[in-house]
Amino acid sequence: MAQMTMVQAITDAMRVELKRDETVLVFGEDVGKNGGVFRATEGLQAEFGEQRVFDTPLAESGIGGLAVGLSINGFRPVAEIQFFGFVFETFDAIASQATRMRYRSGGRFSSPVTFRSPFGGGVKTPELHADSLEGLMMQTPGLKVVIPSNPYDAKGLLISAIRDNDPVVFLEHMKLYRSFRQEVPEGEYTIPLGKANVVKEGSDVTIITYGAMVHTSLKAAEEIEKARGAKVEVIDLRTISPLDIDTIVASVKKTNRAIVVQEAQKTSGVAAEIITQINERAILHLEAPVLRITAPDTVYPFAQAEDIWLPDVKRVVDGLTQVLDF
Amino acid sequence: MSVTTAVEQTENNAPLQILAPDGTVVRPDLMPKLSDDELRELMRKMVFTRVWDQRAISLNRQGRLGFYAPVAGQEASMIGSEAALSKEDFILPSYRDIPQMVWHGFPMHKAFLYSRGHIEGGRIPEGVNVLMPQIIIAAQCTQATGVAMGYKLRGEKRVAINYFGDGATSQGDFYEGMNYAGVYKLPVIFFSQNNGYAISLPFEKQTASENIAVKAVSAGIASERIDGMDILAVYYAVQKAKERGVNGEGATLIEALTYRYGPHTMAGDDPTRYRTGEEQSEWELRDPLIRFRKFLESKGLWSEKDEEAVIEEAKAAVADAIKKADETPKMKVTELIDVMFETLPPALEEQKAEFLAKESK
Repeated sequence: MAQMTMVQAITDAMRVELKRDETVLVFGEDVGKNGGVFRATEGLQAEFGEQRVFDTPLAESGIGGLAVGLSINGFRPVAEIQFFGFVFETFDAIASQATRMRYRSGGRFSSPVTFRSPFGGGVKTPELHADSLEGLMMQTPGLKVVIPSNPYDAKGLLISAIRDNDPVVFLEHMKLYRSFRQEVPEGEYTIPLGKANVVKEGSDVTIITYGAMVHTSLKAAEEIEKARGAKVEVIDLRTISPLDIDTIVASVKKTNRAIVVQEAQKTSGVAAEIITQINERAILHLEAPVLRITAPDTVYPFAQAEDIWLPDVKRVVDGLTQVLDF
Repeated sequence: MSVTTAVEQTENNAPLQILAPDGTVVRPDLMPKLSDDELRELMRKMVFTRVWDQRAISLNRQGRLGFYAPVAGQEASMIGSEAALSKEDFILPSYRDIPQMVWHGFPMHKAFLYSRGHIEGGRIPEGVNVLMPQIIIAAQCTQATGVAMGYKLRGEKRVAINYFGDGATSQGDFYEGMNYAGVYKLPVIFFSQNNGYAISLPFEKQTASENIAVKAVSAGIASERIDGMDILAVYYAVQKAKERGVNGEGATLIEALTYRYGPHTMAGDDPTRYRTGEEQSEWELRDPLIRFRKFLESKGLWSEKDEEAVIEEAKAAVADAIKKADETPKMKVTELIDVMFETLPPALEEQKAEFLAKESK
């Protein structure tokens, strides 16, 4: 096994699939010779040729349309959107086209596209690069949305996403790309979409989270355990759509208390959906209201303010304290 | 500025024409090589489609059809272009392009079910190379690049044709699609039916460009501007564009000048609010059926009897298709749920159970 960063694990997943399945194509802006602005496609064009790994003109709607057209013609496109803040240009292809293909064609065609994209805050990008827009994706019928929190998961989930016969949005948190290494097996392995991972077991309160906030939440869990001995369970969703509500509900029934931590703005979105479903399925097991630890309902801030804007360990600790003391 | 043309350059950049409105041949050198039977077949399809369109409008007025965009006036553009393709070629239509779909193999009763908003109306039979009509204007221009790239990668001699109107040429996707097709040299035909109006907006308010064909220059692809009321000019241009595509010479933008006699759709559009009767009368003098009929009659290839036979054939076919549509069981929400994913996620399984209970009552 090799020690890999998350971005290396992502490259490796694409390499495995390009090798295994000749209908897999990788394309996007600067993904060819340049290997992508984050080097996520480093070396792939040299290894698999310009027909399978190629640059597109600078037009994100075109990328989406190309991917949809290829997908109904027997190919399995892995399309990179250079930064997820640009996805609105591609949103028609995702939400009006790829996700409706099965329905519109009465099942004759499907659109097995994987839209990969870096997202997430804390790395001082220019504006419209760091936005967490996964809530919009989650609300899009027919779409799967995957957000890994570590190198091992990233590889196994991306392989599953590429093999999936429905469109998948695969979001790669920029802060996690190179922040740590992990043992990543060589060759192929898959992690099923729609299954959450209990990354830390506990009995007193549950944190439900995903992406970079898994690490913030784990630190907060450690702090509160030191401070007051409360045992915190942490669930890494891995996939926000389909949502693994069974794992969430089982945990909440055990701990009777929960918070949801997300980097995205507060209103609507992933946390709101999770809390709604907990209310529908486990309200009588709750000893306290389920809280959301989120960013405020503003546009994503310029770099000067992002560290204050983003949920941090302290805000998660405060949230845990509130539900534990309720 | 020079425009690369797929076909012959015409004088003063006038649209390419093979048949004049009076049915005389003005460019015998460009006459497509079609047998007498093939020429008669083009006429049969145009007459059939005109009758079908009239029936569809009347069915719509009786409340027996849903969404419908009339096609009369555009038959030469629609039928001439489809006829120049082979059934292996892929059609990405817009919502008015139902005739091309049906002549390409899509069953007519499904077209009526599409109009009524039934899932069966989108269930494309295996081997029929069409997509459902695109609603998002010009999205098909980008998707056609993907379909065509697939053909190119597999070395197949096939093209993807996408249809759109003059309004679509203001959309970003129109340029993005052409630009991609240019960069990758893809076998795509961008077929613009310029009927002069995007709902109510006249062409001169759509763009300051002198025409649509010239826009191909920006993408480095070939283009041609043709008389879209002349079925032989349409056939000729599409055939040439297809040859270019399968020979690896890349994409072509075709601008076919045409006119819709009816409203934009049957959902309350009133063309008298934005067009004059005089203008319509002028276009009717260039009518594709009258022109081609005169041509065929001059060659002894078409008679009143032929015409009447097709009219009866079309009426019977429409009646039969409507009957088939009527016999199709009502669409269920559970059918919709079933086609959202290959495998239903748990949340949709739950919702399906809820609707199964409702539907079994």
